[in-house]
Order: sequence, then C-alpha cells, then structure tokens
Amino acid sequence: MAKKELKPSEIAAKQAADNAAALEALRARRAKEHAKMEKSKGSNKRVGKTWKNDIGIVIFLSLLGLFMVFPIYIAIITSIKPINELFIMPPKLYSIDPTFDNFEDLFIVANNSWVPFSRNVFNSFLVTVVSTGLHVVFACMASFILAKCRFPGSVLINKAVVIALLFNSTVTYIMQYIVMARLGMINTYAALVLPMIPQAMGLFLLIQSVGQIPDAMIEAAKVDGASLMRICWGIVMPNVKPALMTIIIFEFQAVWNYAGGSVVYDEALKTIPTVVQQIALAGLSRQGAIGASAVVLMIPPLVIFIAAQGQVMETMAHAGMKD
Amino acid sequence: MAKLKDTGVKLKPRKEIISLDAITAEELAARQAAAKTPSEKALIAASTISDAPIGGVAEDAKVIRLLSTPEGAHTEKIILNKAERKYSFSEYMAYQWHEMKKSGMCYAMLAPFMILFIIFTVVPVIMSLPMGFTSFDMASFPPKWVGFDNFYTLFLEDDVFTQAIRTTIIFAIFTGPLSYILSFFLAWLINELHPRLKTLFTLIFYAPSMAGNIYFVWQLIFSGDAYGYLNSFLNSLGFTTAAIQWLTNAQYILPCVIIVQLWVSMGAGFLAIRAGFQSIDPSMYEAGAIEGIRNRWQELIYITIPSMGPQLMFAAVMQIVASFTVDIVGRSLVGFPSTDYRAHTIMTHAFDYGWVRFEMGYASAICFLLFIAMLIANSVVRKILSRYLDN
Repeated sequence: MAKKELKPSEIAAKQAADNAAALEALRARRAKEHAKMEKSKGSNKRVGKTWKNDIGIVIFLSLLGLFMVFPIYIAIITSIKPINELFIMPPKLYSIDPTFDNFEDLFIVANNSWVPFSRNVFNSFLVTVVSTGLHVVFACMASFILAKCRFPGSVLINKAVVIALLFNSTVTYIMQYIVMARLGMINTYAALVLPMIPQAMGLFLLIQSVGQIPDAMIEAAKVDGASLMRICWGIVMPNVKPALMTIIIFEFQAVWNYAGGSVVYDEALKTIPTVVQQIALAGLSRQGAIGASAVVLMIPPLVIFIAAQGQVMETMAHAGMKD
Repeated sequence: MAKLKDTGVKLKPRKEIISLDAITAEELAARQAAAKTPSEKALIAASTISDAPIGGVAEDAKVIRLLSTPEGAHTEKIILNKAERKYSFSEYMAYQWHEMKKSGMCYAMLAPFMILFIIFTVVPVIMSLPMGFTSFDMASFPPKWVGFDNFYTLFLEDDVFTQAIRTTIIFAIFTGPLSYILSFFLAWLINELHPRLKTLFTLIFYAPSMAGNIYFVWQLIFSGDAYGYLNSFLNSLGFTTAAIQWLTNAQYILPCVIIVQLWVSMGAGFLAIRAGFQSIDPSMYEAGAIEGIRNRWQELIYITIPSMGPQLMFAAVMQIVASFTVDIVGRSLVGFPSTDYRAHTIMTHAFDYGWVRFEMGYASAICFLLFIAMLIANSVVRKILSRYLDN
C-alpha cells in the first residue's frame, strides 16, 4: 500500500463528492417522504377499512364542519345583504337581493374618520410586509445557528425558545407595554412592527426543519470555505422552502389580524383591524359594514393558506418536540 | 494547535496529537469506516487542513481536526465529552471564552432575532416578578415597593380573582383537554379520507383560527332578541316561545363562550397533529396487521399514538397556551365585565387591572402567577407524554 500524502486538492475533491452525495441523499429522502405521503393518502389497505366507514366519517365530519363554517358563512351573507334585509324577522340564511352596498358603506364610514381609509390600508400592508419580512430574515439566521451550531449558550437559548412558545403575546402584553413605554415606542410604527418580529413559534418551526438537513452537507460547505452566512442562505434555506412558506403564513396571519389599538392612538398610524374595531363599536346597527370588513380582513390569510396548504402540512410534520 | 496555545488553555490530558504524515487517504477512509455513528463519520469527513473555525461541530463527544501549521500538517483530537472533561473551573471558563471568540459569527447571526426576543419576551416575563411586588400606575416613577401586598390581596381579599380561577379552570378543561382530544380525533378521521377531502376538511376546521376576530357573527347568532339566529331557529321549531338572553343571562354565558372558544381552538396544534398522522410510515400498519392487530382502536393505541409523540407534545403546548389565556372571546362576546363576572378569567382580570385601572403592579402579579401555572401544566403534560417522546 503506497503511503501518499493527502493533498489539499484531493481532500477538496473528496469533500465535493461528499457534498454531492449528501445532497443526493437529502433529495432521495425527500422523494421517499413525498412518496410515503402520497401513498398514505387515499388507498391504503388497512385493518377494518371499508367504504361504509368512510361514508360515516364524511357525514360526521360534514356535520361538525357545518358548525365550523356556519359563522363564516353568516359573515359573508351579512356583508352582501342590503340594509332592509338585515332587519328581516326572522333572520334569513340567504340574501334575496345581494349587493355590494355594505363594502361601499364601509369605505365611506372609514373615510369619514380623521384620515382616509387608504391610509389605514397602507399602514396594514406596510406593517405586515415589514414585520413578516424581518421576521423571516432574522428567524432564518437564528434558526440555522441554533439548529446546527454548538457554542457556549446554544443549549440554553434552544431551551428558552421552546419555553417561550408558552409565553405568547397575549400573556406578556401588559409587561410588553411597560417595556415599550420605557423605550418611548408608543404611538410609532415601531410599536406595531418590532414586537411582532421575534415570534417564538416561527423560529421553533424553522429550527425543527433545519434540523432535518444532514450535518455532512453543512460541514462539507464549511470545508469548501463558505462562510456561515453563505451556508445559511445558499445551502440551508433553499432546502427548507416549505418551512419558510409556513412561517410566512403564520406571521402574516398574526400581524394582519393584530389590532394595535392600545399601542398606537394616532389615527394616521392605525391599521385595518383597529379601524374595524372602531366601526364595530356602532354595534348591530352597522352590522352590514362590519360583515364587509370581516370579509375583507378574512380573505388575504385564507387565500395564502389555501395556496400553500401542502407546504404547511409538510412543515408541521416536523414540528414535534422531542425535548 | 497554535490556536489553542494562544488561549492558554491546557488540554494536555485530553488532547491526542497525531502527525499527519502517518495518515493517508486509505487510513482516513479506514477511520471513517471505523466510526460508529453517522455524525462521527461526518466529522471525520469534515476534518480540514484549513483550520476553519468549526464554531459548530454538532457533536460534543469527539472532535477530530486536521490542522496545518508552518511546521506541517497534523491531526488533533480533542475529547470534549463530559465524562472525560477534567479541567478546573478557570480552565473551563477560559475554554468557553475561547469558544465564544471563535463563534463570533454565530452570535452575530443570532443577534437580530435574539435582541428583539429578549426585549419583547424575556424581559417582560422576567420583569413580571419584581413588578408584582410593587404598586405602579405608569405615571409615577419609580414603582413603589409594597412587598407581598399584591399576592396577599389576590388570594385573600379579591373575590373576583377567586371566581376567575374557577372560571379559568372550567374554560381550561374545555379548551385544553377536550379540544385537544377533539383535534386528535378529527385529525384521525380526516386522515382516513381521500386526499381531496383531506385538504377540504383541514381547511374547514382550520378556517375559524384564520378568520380571527369575527365574534360579531356570534353576537348575531346568540342575539338576545328574536333577530338572533339561534332564537329564531328555536322559536320556529317551537322549542321556545320567548327569546332567550343568551349573552346576558348568567346561566347561559359560560356555555356560549365555551362553544365559541371550541370553535376557534383548532389552530396550529391541530395542524401539527394532522401532519403527524400523515407522516406515519404505512408499512408500520402493515407490520402491525401481521403482528396481530385486530381493529382500528388497537392500531391507534399501539402504533399511531406512540409514533407521533413529538407532534402531540407540540399540540399540547399550543393548547396549554390557548386554555390559560382565554380572555378575548369572552370579552368580545358577552362584554366586559360580564354578568356576575361569569366569563371573567384570570387573563380578563389582568386586563381589567392592567388596561382599565392601570394598576400595573397588581396586573403583573396576576401575569406572573399565570406564567407559573403554565410552566407547571407544561411539565405535567411533558411527564404524561414523555414515554412517547424518546423515539
């Protein structure tokens, strides 16, 4: 056996091969997982599986489903009922003469406040886009480091993230307010954007997904001289696209529905949910406009979720807590 | 090696230096073959002559590195596993400091998220304890220290709080365990169906969580006059002759709020369980059938539940949060305060003192107790599910 020195070029070649192999293995595993999911859908022959059972399940789920969908249906119906139909006795489950008057009404009512409604719409989009964007970028970097690197404090931070899932903004809200007040953030865009960025849930989901990527791939990239930044954005993130999509959806929902009425009191800074809440204070007499606003608010998250449903399910499969 | 000398850390007993001259490509391959775990194999593959800061070698057992120094290349093997770590505290600290300096980039990439995380989550949670010992109204600064007064008042004098605990427990039973079991069974049933139907039903059950704040619809449904959908429905069927005050009659408040709470409770936890079902290997069921599993119940208990422990844990955490923080549904539906404080939960109590009366010290004390309760619930659930978590 001829003893030859291991040259850098040889090692590099070996690493490149390893790198390719690792990628290939990941792809194969993905394909296998995908095939498994496809297979588990539909025709899996199993103990006690009959079509009679299936029909029973569909009927049972449909009944419960009706209960789930009914309020949403009422919201939509209310939004397209003309004013005289809203007060019919007894209330009808359909609209005789559907109209978009309520949407117009909503716009007029909202426009009659201190600032034009378009300003609130703009605020909503600005706040949602900025916090979702920053949340994703920051969470990407943090999740890669937390999932794949060991350094003093990494175990502690990982544990803190898991525990922080318990402390969502509902519970920490009051203390958060005090902190924001001390930092002079009340009544600025910062009060709407910054607290929404460090959501533990998105970070947790991303850590779990990044954890699925083989270490060998990352080590190989390190050998090739890639910086951590480059590994994160060039290798890791393209491989966890479903998870990225999922955290975008969750973050979008959270920010879009967040009514920051208590941290922002300047009309020019308010977002749609806050304005809707104000309109809703008029009570049942304005139920048409409330219905319209509910529909308007409901559509963006629903559409995005439907579009990315498959990716969300794939990510949630990795969402488990192993300790 | 040169690098380690700089730090002044003496790792002699645990460092084994092998000259690279002795290592050939074949030997490296042999070492790889000898490596027991895949990660160890990866590590050996990752050994480098460039001395790249391996700020994150994902294994704390053995680190093998190839270093190139002016004197020539050599391998060094540092054994870091806890059993063999014998250095003194100062050595340990020096080593940690060395590691921290090496992982600067890690900290830099972590910083943006972590700084915000600390400001908006860690500080509020930690601050709630000292705040709980003060009387603070946001206007007069600094807060006045009052010792255990807040906690004393809470438990011994505040009747509403005592009732709030009771109400929260009732809600917690419904939105906690009940909704959890419901999510599980719904996910189980949905999983049996055709893919199209799966997608449809998942969407249907998750939709309320997305629709967010459409509680006004429930006000229309439960409206106390004959315009209410529920009243008019019951009237037309002849069950009732007069409209029932669903949202103001103390008798009906709790059931109404519980129904709406259940309606909105199929959130991320439900999705996780659904996905968990989907990712179970079908061959497990085939194997189960051969091993003598007779029916779906046995299949559920012996195969399904044990193989989705992590997802169940995640869903449990989501449910704990949801059930302990029930508040906004009650307030939007039956108003604040509700008749006889029937829908008054601990969270509503905190809202009352935090946002209405501006007694932040008292509100912090309430929040702190809530944090403790949630941590306890979390560890209890973890105990219960622990036997499914290790696989």
